[in-house]
Amino acid sequence: MEDILLLNAIERYLKGKMLPDEKKFFEELRKSKTEIDQMVVEHKLFLSQMENYANNFKLKQSLHHVHARLIEKGEINELQEPLSVKGKVVQLYRKYKRVTAIAASIAGVTALVISALVPYFTPAPINKNDLQQLYHQLNQVQKSDKAQNYKLKEIDSKIPIGSTVTAGGTAFLIDGKGYLVTNAHVLKGSGAVVVSNTGQEFNARICEVDLIKDLAILKIEDKDFTPYKSLPYSIKKSGAELGEELFTLGYPRNEIVYNMGYLSAESGFDGDTSSFQISLNVNPGNSGGPVFNKSGEIVGILSTRQTQAEGVVFATRAKNIFSLLDELKETDTAVQKMKLPSSSAIKSLDRVSQIKQAENYVYQVKAYNQN
Amino acid sequence: MGYFYLSMGIKTYEVKPDSQEQVLLKGLANNDSRAIETIYRNNFKMVQAFILNNNGTYDDARDIFQEAILTLYEKAKSESFVLTSQIKTYIYSVCRRLWLKRLQQRGKTVQMETVEESVSAEEDIEVHEKRNAEIAIMDSSLKSLGEPCKSLIEAFYINKKGMNEIATEFGYTNADNAKTQKYKCLMRLKKLFFKQYNTGE
Repeated sequence: MEDILLLNAIERYLKGKMLPDEKKFFEELRKSKTEIDQMVVEHKLFLSQMENYANNFKLKQSLHHVHARLIEKGEINELQEPLSVKGKVVQLYRKYKRVTAIAASIAGVTALVISALVPYFTPAPINKNDLQQLYHQLNQVQKSDKAQNYKLKEIDSKIPIGSTVTAGGTAFLIDGKGYLVTNAHVLKGSGAVVVSNTGQEFNARICEVDLIKDLAILKIEDKDFTPYKSLPYSIKKSGAELGEELFTLGYPRNEIVYNMGYLSAESGFDGDTSSFQISLNVNPGNSGGPVFNKSGEIVGILSTRQTQAEGVVFATRAKNIFSLLDELKETDTAVQKMKLPSSSAIKSLDRVSQIKQAENYVYQVKAYNQN
Repeated sequence: MGYFYLSMGIKTYEVKPDSQEQVLLKGLANNDSRAIETIYRNNFKMVQAFILNNNGTYDDARDIFQEAILTLYEKAKSESFVLTSQIKTYIYSVCRRLWLKRLQQRGKTVQMETVEESVSAEEDIEVHEKRNAEIAIMDSSLKSLGEPCKSLIEAFYINKKGMNEIATEFGYTNADNAKTQKYKCLMRLKKLFFKQYNTGE
């Protein structure tokens, strides 16, 4: 018990916590008793060692935390590769100085020799008439090449042999499983094939035709067709506003063609409210093509143009697709659960990207009559 | 280049650390996390680049850098403390020396560019290594002390907790009992420590 008191006293003395009288008494005790003096010295050493240990321990902890924090902030990183690029370059330079010098002189000599030799081997300048002829020939080659291409395509065609193509137009997917919408007037014939923008043909079945609305639904029924999970565009029920910018994709030729215009009247030909008027340049073959607003939502289906006026085109409102589909649902159980795409994935994209996404879902329609 | 300088007898000037550096060093001596963070941020990348360029890894860089900070800390804490160079220069020199030693210990042939050293860190490193050895003795003594003695001692001497707090934390009925226990532990620890300390000297 006495030892504890003594050690306590020593600690208090070393920490300077003793009162003046007590301190004086203790210091006299130290002088008179060597073993106590010895204990004080020893304990002082021990305490300072302990203090060092504690400080070291705490600083290491701080360093550890600071390191982790700086890594988290990204102010230092856990790079394993030498990160001073400059140093590395200098090192490499020192290492390969001689090799570089030799390589450079060889390169120099070679360059000189080549530049001296070039004039010797350069053919004399050709006269202009020759060039013209060559150009012509090249053109011819290109033409025959094209002709061959056509032949190849004809062989591939899925239109039954002996039948004649009666009309062509455009169609677009309204469902990933292969349902397409086009104009009824496009399907002047007994059957139809659709051609994708990459030139691949698919057999299609005519599911529903509504001559009054001038709309039709086709279904791709072809083993080569791989269904899509979703469509990039949506079909908008509510239509478009006067002056709204619109664009269309279609096949007036064998290649997909883009056109841009604006909604110029809320009603169609002769006050027809199921359609609207657009100011746009189109050609035969655009029929059945989708009319997009700038968010990439389909607001209509391109159908007719006024013959006596330029740039006056009529498009059937997209909401007619909904009613047409309802008609189809009454007869065809396979489409009972079909839902038209309601959100456009290409809404915020620029036009070029919108087209890139949408064009894969717009097809050329070729209607044929089997003889 | 350095050789040329020496032979010409051109004096090398001591770069006096500016007042901002003094503040940082004072902060370091007091284990102030903001000062430590500043020093860390300003110097770690340099050391990392040096170590990585000289056959070291990221872990080596961290160890060596922290060792250098500890050396600087001990210097900053000592009463006779004078830093005659900038912190960056000092840390670089210490790290260079430490890394050379480490490489030699690993038995690797050292091929480093010989740069004229502006700061002699050799002495500080020796002090630091002696300190490290002492700390290792304390560490092993504490470890062989066993629980609950180790925790009790650490609570009192490292975390500077009061005896009442310790008593509640460790579940002693009162502070006096905790004190008695601490005394017994301390006696054992001192015995363990001085046994190693005196033979180590």
